[in-house]
Amino acid sequence: MNIVEMKDIHKSFGGVKALKGVDFHIGPNEVIGLLGDNGAGKSTLIKIISGVHTFDSGEMYIKGRKISPRRHNVKAAHKMGIETVFQEKALAEKQQLWRNIFLGRQITNKLGFIKVSQEVKETNRIMRELMKFRGIGAGADSFVRTLSGGERQGVAISRAMYFDSDLVILDEPTVALSLQEVKKVLDFILALKERGKSCVYISHSIASVYPVSDRFVAIDRGEVVAEYKREEISLEELNEELIKLTQAKIF
Amino acid sequence: MMSLVVLAFIITSPGVFLKPGIYFSFLASVPTIGIMALGLTFILGMGEIDLSFPSTMALSAYLFATIYRGTGNFFLAFLVCIGAGVIVGMTNGFIVAKIGVPSIVVTLGMQYLVRGLSNLISDGVAVVVRLRGTLSHQILVGRFFDIPHQALWFLGITIFMFFLLYRHKFGEHVLFVGDNQEAARMMGVNVVWIKIGAFALMGGLAALAGVFDLYRMGTWWPTMGDGYLMMIMAAVFVGGTSMFGGEASIFGTFAGSFMIGAMEAGIVAAGLKGFWTRFITGLLIICAVIVHTLVRKKK
Repeated sequence: MNIVEMKDIHKSFGGVKALKGVDFHIGPNEVIGLLGDNGAGKSTLIKIISGVHTFDSGEMYIKGRKISPRRHNVKAAHKMGIETVFQEKALAEKQQLWRNIFLGRQITNKLGFIKVSQEVKETNRIMRELMKFRGIGAGADSFVRTLSGGERQGVAISRAMYFDSDLVILDEPTVALSLQEVKKVLDFILALKERGKSCVYISHSIASVYPVSDRFVAIDRGEVVAEYKREEISLEELNEELIKLTQAKIF
Repeated sequence: MMSLVVLAFIITSPGVFLKPGIYFSFLASVPTIGIMALGLTFILGMGEIDLSFPSTMALSAYLFATIYRGTGNFFLAFLVCIGAGVIVGMTNGFIVAKIGVPSIVVTLGMQYLVRGLSNLISDGVAVVVRLRGTLSHQILVGRFFDIPHQALWFLGITIFMFFLLYRHKFGEHVLFVGDNQEAARMMGVNVVWIKIGAFALMGGLAALAGVFDLYRMGTWWPTMGDGYLMMIMAAVFVGGTSMFGGEASIFGTFAGSFMIGAMEAGIVAAGLKGFWTRFITGLLIICAVIVHTLVRKKK
């Protein structure tokens, strides 16, 4: 069964049509590279899946369950195992790591008071076992602002792993990162794949999407314009195909 | 910094500042500004501002005074008073979070609106209430071995607010909204309700401060709360809360309230003219904010 199935999804913001009848699916244990220019509709599509936006018409199924656009929100998506890591919006940098890990899903007593020692203990375990943060001098009490860009993405992805999400959506996770940091993020994506999870990876950088993706979906002006399986296309061919699509748009 | 200020006062006027009387006087007057400063700490930590709370304090206290004088029912008066403060706060929060008007503009308007409303319904006339000698007077502003009860209430509320901000989901959400509103929203925090809740808390605390002030003075004045706005902001900033949101210090505000509250009495006791109060308070705020900024940069 597909994790997400979308049929003929439409979404407008005022008079602007952001999505015009998009069909899209994410299979189990599949990594999808979602490609397209700025304003193509990639972010709108993933924000609908992650519950930030609703859709105007069409059908969406998550793990076979039909989703009502009115009832779908971020919390509902979390409960169904969908986690999204938004570029620049993944973590709050003046807060400690343990608070960022458990935000929105705090371990509390009945009155809503946080069990701090338990959250700190769990964060230390996550750092050891999932983030593999060793020797960088960061602990559960560290503030996010002290971490590098790659480490921050690692924290957000590890958070998704910890909550055992079936689908992790990454929105431009490697923007403004050094090559070494990009590698760290790609390693996290591979770790997700190894654990049997699915992932949607949005990026402008085809070179970084290519090695970790099973399938590529290209979006342009609110429509899915092309789909390729990795075994059917080389990096160079994918690059050429996307350039052709861009030129078709220009001329 | 607080110890430096106290030390300066002791050196300049040992006759006043080496005797306990002045400190008991601070313990009686500071809680009024301190309770509101605690509420403002939440608002600033959330990256917003509230300019309307002195007017909210006046309106709520007026309702308390008239209902109590008319019925003698403390609980009814108290409930209506706090309820009015919460409603004003919720209205602020709704306009800020749901409609999207900047809080500085909304609360500036609300400040005039609420002050105007309390003037209209009171006809600008003071209300004298016989509170001295009642059980509620003893509980709220009585004395425990010379310590004014309101100081103990203030300490209790400070401890509660500390746990609410740093150990409760609500407080954590407030700081995340102040730090990175979009990240908070993306992680499932209901930003609209958090903002409405924080403004409601501010309104409720302003009403509570109004009750304490009313019990202390025994009279409601139409100008109640005037002059508190800048003092309270100063107390919060001196205490180390950032105006950029995401960082707040409850115990800093507690200490800041005493520092700002002690300033006027200290300056006058030191033999300086009252005119120096603003100058020295301003100097203190600027120094404190510079120190906090430098410390944050080092972190």
